[in-house]
Amino acid sequence: SSYKYKFRLEKVPAKKLRLTKPSKSAALHVDLCKASSPTDALQYLLQFARKPVEADSVEGVVRILLEHYYKETDSSVRLKIASLLGLLSKTQGFTPDCIVDDVINTLNSERSHQVLAQLLDTLLVIGTQVPESLNMRHRLIDVACKHLTDTYFGVRNKCLQLFGCLGSVDKPLPRESEGGGTGMAAKDVQSIISDYFGDQDPRVRTAAIKAMLQLHERGMKLQQIIYNQACKLLSDDYEQVRSAAVQMVWVLSQLYPESIVPIPSSNEKIRLVDDSFGKICHMVSDGSWVVRVQAAKLLGSMQQVSPHFLEQTLDKKLMSDLRRKRTAHERAKELYSSGEFSSGRKWADDAPKEKVDTTAVNLIDSGACGAFVHGLEDEMYEVRIAAVEALCALAQSSPSFAEKCLDFLVDMFNDEIEEVRLQSIHVLRQISTHITLREDQLDTVLAVLEDSSRDIREALHELLCYTNVSTKECIQLALLELLKNLTKYPTDRNSVWKCLKFLGSRHPTLVLPIVPELLSTHPYFDTPEPDMDDPAYIAVLVLVFNAAKSCPTMTALFSDHTFRHYAYLRDSLSHLVPPLRLPGRKLTSAPEASGLASSVESAQNFLKESLTRVCSVQQLDAPGAQSLLEFTIRDLQRLGELQTELAGTADFCATYLHCQLLLMKALQDKLWSVAVPLYLKQNAMVSGAAAQVLEETYKLEFLYSGLESRQIASIHHVRLQAKALQLVLLARTRRGVEPLLSACEKFLHEVDAFQRLFVTELPHFQDSFVDKLLDIMPRLAGSKPADLVKILQTTLRHSCFPQLKLPEQIRRATAAIIEPTGESDNPLRFTSGLVVALDVDATLEHVQDPQTTVKVQVLYPDGQSHVIQPKPADFRKPGPGRHRLITQVYLSHSAWTEPCQIDVKLLLAYSSSTSRSLGPRSAWNESTEGPTPLESTIEGTIPLSKPVKVFIMPKPARR
Amino acid sequence: MPEIKVTPLGAGQDVGRSCILVSIGGKNIMLDCGMHMGYNDDRRFPDFSYITQNGRLTEFLDCVIISHFHLDHCGALPYMSEMVGYDGPIYMTHPTKAICPILLEDFRKITVDKKGETNFFTSQMIKDCMKKVVPLNLHQTVQVDDELEIKAYYAGHVLGAAMVQIKVGSESVVYTGDYNMTPDRHLGAAWIDKCRPDILISESTYATTIRDSKRCRERDFLKKVHETVERGGKVLIPVFALGRAQELCILLETFWERMNLKAPIYFSTGLTEKANHYYKLFITWTNQKIRKTFVQRNMFEFKHIKAFDRSYADNPGPMVVFATPGMLHAGQSLQIFKKWAGNEKNMVIMPGYCVQGTVGHKLLSGQKKLEMEGRTTLEVKLQVEYMSFSAHADAKGIMQLIRMAEPRNVMLVHGEAKKMEFLKDKIEQEFTGISCFMPANGETTTIPTNPSVPVDISLNLLKREAAFGGPLPDPKKPRTMHGTLIMKDSSLRLVSPEQALKELDLNEHQLRFTCRVQLQDPYSDTDTLSRVYNHLKSVLKGYTVQHLPDGTVMVESIVLKVSSSAEDPNTKVVLLSWSYQDEDLGSFLSSLLRKGLPP
Repeated sequence: SSYKYKFRLEKVPAKKLRLTKPSKSAALHVDLCKASSPTDALQYLLQFARKPVEADSVEGVVRILLEHYYKETDSSVRLKIASLLGLLSKTQGFTPDCIVDDVINTLNSERSHQVLAQLLDTLLVIGTQVPESLNMRHRLIDVACKHLTDTYFGVRNKCLQLFGCLGSVDKPLPRESEGGGTGMAAKDVQSIISDYFGDQDPRVRTAAIKAMLQLHERGMKLQQIIYNQACKLLSDDYEQVRSAAVQMVWVLSQLYPESIVPIPSSNEKIRLVDDSFGKICHMVSDGSWVVRVQAAKLLGSMQQVSPHFLEQTLDKKLMSDLRRKRTAHERAKELYSSGEFSSGRKWADDAPKEKVDTTAVNLIDSGACGAFVHGLEDEMYEVRIAAVEALCALAQSSPSFAEKCLDFLVDMFNDEIEEVRLQSIHVLRQISTHITLREDQLDTVLAVLEDSSRDIREALHELLCYTNVSTKECIQLALLELLKNLTKYPTDRNSVWKCLKFLGSRHPTLVLPIVPELLSTHPYFDTPEPDMDDPAYIAVLVLVFNAAKSCPTMTALFSDHTFRHYAYLRDSLSHLVPPLRLPGRKLTSAPEASGLASSVESAQNFLKESLTRVCSVQQLDAPGAQSLLEFTIRDLQRLGELQTELAGTADFCATYLHCQLLLMKALQDKLWSVAVPLYLKQNAMVSGAAAQVLEETYKLEFLYSGLESRQIASIHHVRLQAKALQLVLLARTRRGVEPLLSACEKFLHEVDAFQRLFVTELPHFQDSFVDKLLDIMPRLAGSKPADLVKILQTTLRHSCFPQLKLPEQIRRATAAIIEPTGESDNPLRFTSGLVVALDVDATLEHVQDPQTTVKVQVLYPDGQSHVIQPKPADFRKPGPGRHRLITQVYLSHSAWTEPCQIDVKLLLAYSSSTSRSLGPRSAWNESTEGPTPLESTIEGTIPLSKPVKVFIMPKPARR
Repeated sequence: MPEIKVTPLGAGQDVGRSCILVSIGGKNIMLDCGMHMGYNDDRRFPDFSYITQNGRLTEFLDCVIISHFHLDHCGALPYMSEMVGYDGPIYMTHPTKAICPILLEDFRKITVDKKGETNFFTSQMIKDCMKKVVPLNLHQTVQVDDELEIKAYYAGHVLGAAMVQIKVGSESVVYTGDYNMTPDRHLGAAWIDKCRPDILISESTYATTIRDSKRCRERDFLKKVHETVERGGKVLIPVFALGRAQELCILLETFWERMNLKAPIYFSTGLTEKANHYYKLFITWTNQKIRKTFVQRNMFEFKHIKAFDRSYADNPGPMVVFATPGMLHAGQSLQIFKKWAGNEKNMVIMPGYCVQGTVGHKLLSGQKKLEMEGRTTLEVKLQVEYMSFSAHADAKGIMQLIRMAEPRNVMLVHGEAKKMEFLKDKIEQEFTGISCFMPANGETTTIPTNPSVPVDISLNLLKREAAFGGPLPDPKKPRTMHGTLIMKDSSLRLVSPEQALKELDLNEHQLRFTCRVQLQDPYSDTDTLSRVYNHLKSVLKGYTVQHLPDGTVMVESIVLKVSSSAEDPNTKVVLLSWSYQDEDLGSFLSSLLRKGLPP
C-alpha cells in the first residue's frame, strides 16, 4: 500500500504536481463515467492509484470515489474503491475525519463480505491516522462491535484488529456508546476480544490474540483471567494460533509473575511465571519449527522463573532397558571427581546401572523438563540458535544455571552449522565470569582450536582470554593446544599470544609450578638458549611474564637468557609483555598499578588546565600566544602517548589547537598589507597553511568518534575560517572577477549552512569569527566581492577563537595492518596483466560503520594508485568498538624489470553530506529536497593506517 | 459397528520380518513385507497362507505399502509378489524404490550364490516385482481407489523412510515403519501433523530406553578417531553398507574438513557406491544442512573419502577405513582386522550391536585372544571401541510422536514383548483415553471406530435454519433442525420435507390430531368460546389467536370448537384439532384447557 507514496516521493518533483492538481479529480470523474464495464473501471482505478494525489485535492477525489461507489454494482470495483479510500486517507497533510461518516454509511449498505472487510480496513487506517480523537475512536469501536458477528472471517479479523488498535486503553468503554445499538459495547474491550479466542476459524483466533497483544503494546494491562484461555490455545491445531498464544502466555507471565495458579488435577499451586515457563518449555518440542523458535527465544527473557524449574530444562533422565543410565556429562564429572580423568574409552563403561522403578518414570515431561535438551538437538538450526541465545540470557542471571548449562554449550561446539558453533562460543564467553572449566570440559573446548575456520578459532581465543580454569594441568593443556594451533595456523600468531597473555595474568598461581618445565630450565644444568624468533617460544614467554606480573617469586626461576629475552620482548611486543619488577633492575616507571586510577585523573586535570590556559589567548596577536599554543600542543601529544585512556581526547585537542596555530601564523603575518606580487612566497605559505587546516578539520570531524554537536560546530567554524582565508588569498592572487564572484557566493552559502546546522550552538560562538559575520550578514549578501574580501580579512584578524569544550570521551579511529607484515624479502611473483590476490588482515578500532567507510589503497611505484572497497562480509566484529578486516586485495600491473615495493594502506572515506551533524537520513528524504543542498558535498579520504610495503614482481607473460 | 482390524504377520512382539495386515472400511492393506534375519528356514518370510491357503493374493489385498528399504521391511517382497502371487500396486517412496532392488539383489546373491539355497527368488523376479511399484512423494495424497487414500510423512531413520497414513472415509490408520525423532548428520527428524488417526501402529525397538544427546556420542567418536590418527594409528570401522555408514561418512568428512586433517579415509566398496549415488540424488530427503548447502557442494560427494583397495591395508601411516560387514564375521572387514589387530596404535570402532558368535561380539566382550579358522589364534592388541549410533526413536521419541499425531489407539510392533509392556503401561497412564495394543504375530486386534457419516445438506434448508437461530453457528453447541434424510445410491442428503416429497414424487398427507376436552362451564356455547378465546389470548402472548365468525377459535393452525354435552349443558366439550407440525402447541393447549378456565 505504501508503494504509491514512495513513488511520489521518488519520482515526481513537487512543481509538476502543482500543475496537474486542478484536473486531478475531474479527470478521475471523467474516467469513471466513461467506464463501460467493471473491468474498465477497475483499470482506471488501478491507473489512478499509481499517481500521487495532492493533500488539498484528496477530499474532492474521495467524494468522486464515494459517488461512484454507491452506483457501482460490481463488488471488485467497490473493493478497489474502498482500498483507495484507505490509501488516500494516509496522504500527508490530509485529515481523514471528514470522510469517516461516509465510510461508516457505506458499511451499512454493503452486502459483499470482502468489501466490508476492506472498508473496515479503511476505517482502521483512518483511526490510526487520527489517534487523538476519542470520539471517533468510540464510533469506530461501535462499528467494529456491530460487525463482529459477521460470517466472513475477514470481517471478524478486521473488527478485532480495530479493537486492538483503537480499543480504549484507559478504561472500559463508556456507557453512552451503548446508544450504538448492540449492548456489547458496554463490555470492556478485553472480554469482547477474548470471546473470539474460541472462534471456529483459526485466522480469527489468531487475529484475536494479536489484537490482545496489540492492546498490551499500547499500554493496556491485560487481565489475568485470559491466562487460562491463552494456555488452552497453546494446543491449538494451527501453528499461527499456537505461535501467537505462546507470545500471549509470555506477556501474561511478565505481567503477573508472582500470582498463584493451581496445577490442574492436583491441589498444589505454583507461581504463574513458573507455570507459564513450563508451558512455553513444552512448546519447544512443538510440531512446527516456527513455534519452536518463538518458544525458545521467549524462554531467554523469563528470568524471574524459580531456579528449580530453570534447572529442569537441562534435565533428561536416561534409561536403557529399564535401567537407570547416567548421561555422558554425569559420567565425565564423576570420572573427574574420582581423580581419574580418562576419556571413558572402555567398553560398556556406560553400562546401565540400577533398575528403574517403572512407575516413577515419566516419559512425557510435565513442564520444563529437558526443554533445552530438546531445543539444542533440534533439526532446524534456527531453533538451536534461539535455544543457545536463551541459555545465555538465563545463565547470565543465574550463576548456578550457568554452571549447569556449561556441558550443553560445550557440546554445541560440535554442531554441524558453523553459525551455531560460533554463537555457542560467544555465549560461553559471555557467561564465562560465572564458571570455571573442568579439565575434561577444557579438553573439549580446546579441540575446536583445530577448526579450519578462522572466525571459530578467534572466537575461541577470545573465550580463552576470559576463561577460568581450575588446575595447572589445564594451563598446560591449553598451552599445548594453543601451540599446536600456532604451528597449524601460523597466521593466528597475534591472537594466540594475546590469549596467552590473559591466561597468564588470570592464573599466576597455576602457572608458577610449571614454569621450570615451560622454560625448560634445570636446577643443575644449563639448557640451550631457545630461539628468540620462534613464535611458540614467544608464546610461552608471554604466558610466563604475564603470570609473573602478580607473582613476584616467579622471576627467581628465570635463567639469564630469560631476562634478556624479557628486555627484548618488553620492547618489541610491549602490548603483550607487562613491566616486571625484576631483581637488580630499576623499574622504568615507578608508580604502576596502584597509581593507575589516580594518574588518569591527574592527566585529565592536566588536560583541562592546559585547555583553559589556552583559552586565555583571546586575541590572536597577543604576545606569547603562539609559543603557548606550541607548548600546549606538545604537552597534549605527549599526554596522549602516556595515557592510553585519554589518547583520543588529547589527540583531538592537539589537532584542533594545531589548526588554530596555523591560522594564527597565517594571519599574523605583517605582510598582509603589502602589495601582492612582492610576496609570492608568503602567499604560498599562507595558502599551504589554509589547505592543511582544511584537511585537518576533516580529520577532526570524521576520524574521532564521541563528538557532540558542539565540537562539530567548532570544527566547522575552523573550516569556515580556513575557507575565508582561501577566499582572501584568491582575491589577492587572481585578477578575474568571475571566479571570485562564484567563490564568494559559495562562501556565503556555507556561512548560511553553518547557521542552519548549528542554530542551537550559536550562543557558544560569541565574538567569534562566525558570530561577527552573521551580525553583518545582510550587508554582506549585497556587497561586492572586493568589499566582502576586505571585511573577511579584518574579521579574521580580529576575532578570538572559541573555547573548546570537551565531551566525556573522544576516541580516535585507528587501524593497523597485521598482514602483510612488510617484512618479506620474497617478492610476490605473478604474470603481468593477470591478477594476484594479496591477503590483508587489519584491525580497526573505533571506526564507525567500517563497511562503507574503510577502503584499501594500493600505491604502485609509478604513482598509480588503486582504491579497493572490501566486501561487507570481510568485516568482523570481535568486540565492542573493534573490527577486524580480513580481505583479499587484487593486484595487477604491467611488467616490471625488478621486484619493487608497493604501498598498501587503509583509508577512511568521508563525505560531508554524511556528516554526523545532519543526522541520519532516510533514503527518500534526500530526494525530496527539491534544490541541491547548499553545502556542496565534499568527498575525500583520510589515511587510516601506516602504509605497509609489499614486494611484488609482475613478470612479462611468456609467449 | 464399523471396525478396523490389524493383524501382524511379522514384527508382532518381535523385531524382524515386518508385515502387518490392516482391514479398514472394507479394504485390506499389507504394511511392509520383510524377512527375518534370525532364521534360514520358512520362518524367514511372513506366513502368507494366513491370507489365503492357495491361489494368489491379488484378490485379497488392495495394496502393499513398504515403509523403507531395510530388508526386514522389504526382504520378502519378490517372494510375495512373484512366488506367492500378487499383482496389485506396491507403494514406496522414490528413494526406497531406487535402493530397495540393490539390497534385494545383494540378499539374493548371499543366499543363493554363497549359501547355495534353491527355491529362492531370482534377479528377474526382483525386476518384475519392482515393476509393480508405484512411487510416493512426501505429503502427497495418493488415491489407491475411490475410497482408499494413502499419504506419506517423513520418518528420518534411513533415506526415503516414510510413515504412511491410510484413510478410508473418516477412518484412518498411521503406520510409522521405523522412525527417528532426533535428527542426525544426514537426515531430519520424523514429523507428522495432528491427523488424529483411529490407530497409530508404531515401532518400539527402544521402548525402554531414553538416550543421551547425540552430540556427546558424536564428539566421542570423532575424538577417538582423531586421537588415533594423530598418533599415526589406523582406524577400522566395520559398517553395514547403507544407512549408518552414510551418516558416519558425513560426520568424518565434515570433521576432516573442519579440522583440516590429511589422513586418508577409505570406504571398502561394493554396493555402497551405487547407493551413494542415490544419496546424492535424493537431497530433498536429507536434513536442513545438506539441503541448504548442496548448491555449493553436495555433501555426499566426499572429498576426503576414497574407494578402498585391498592393497591399501598395508600402507604405512594413519588411515581410516570403513569396511563391510558390520559384525566382523567375514569379508573385507575381517581381513583388515586381522592385519591390524597386532598393533596397539590401531583401533577398531564397532558402531552397532553384534550377534553372538561373531568376532565383533567377542571383541566387545573383551576377549584378547581370538581363535581363527585353521586353529590359529589372533592376539588383539588394538583398541576396541564401541559406539552406538541408532536411528530408532527412543521411548521419549515414541511418546512425542503420539503427542504429535493424537491417535485414539496405539499399537506397538517391531520390539520385544517385555519392553513393549512397559511402554504400553506408560502410554495408557500418561495419555488419557488412548488404549494401547501389542498383538503377537497372527493375533488380530479389532478396534471399533466411530466414523462420522457425511451428509449433504441442501443450501435452502441450511439458510432457513440459520435464519431462526443466532447469526453464527457455535461449534460447541449442537442444534436440532427439521429436515428429511434421503438415502439414495449410497449418498445421504438432508433436504426440506417439501423437496423430499417432490423428489420422491409422493403426495403430502396431512396428519391431524383431534382431542376433546371437557370443561365445567355454566355459560352458553358462544360465551364459553369467547371465554376460551380470552383465556388463550392472555396466556399465549406472541401467538396469533383469532376468533372466527363461524364459531371457532384459531390458534396458529389449531382449531378449537365448543359444543355442549348432550347430558349436561354445563359440561362443555372443546374440540381441538391440530396438524402434527404443531404437535407441541397442540398438546400444550389441551393440557392447558384440562386445567379449566379462570372464573
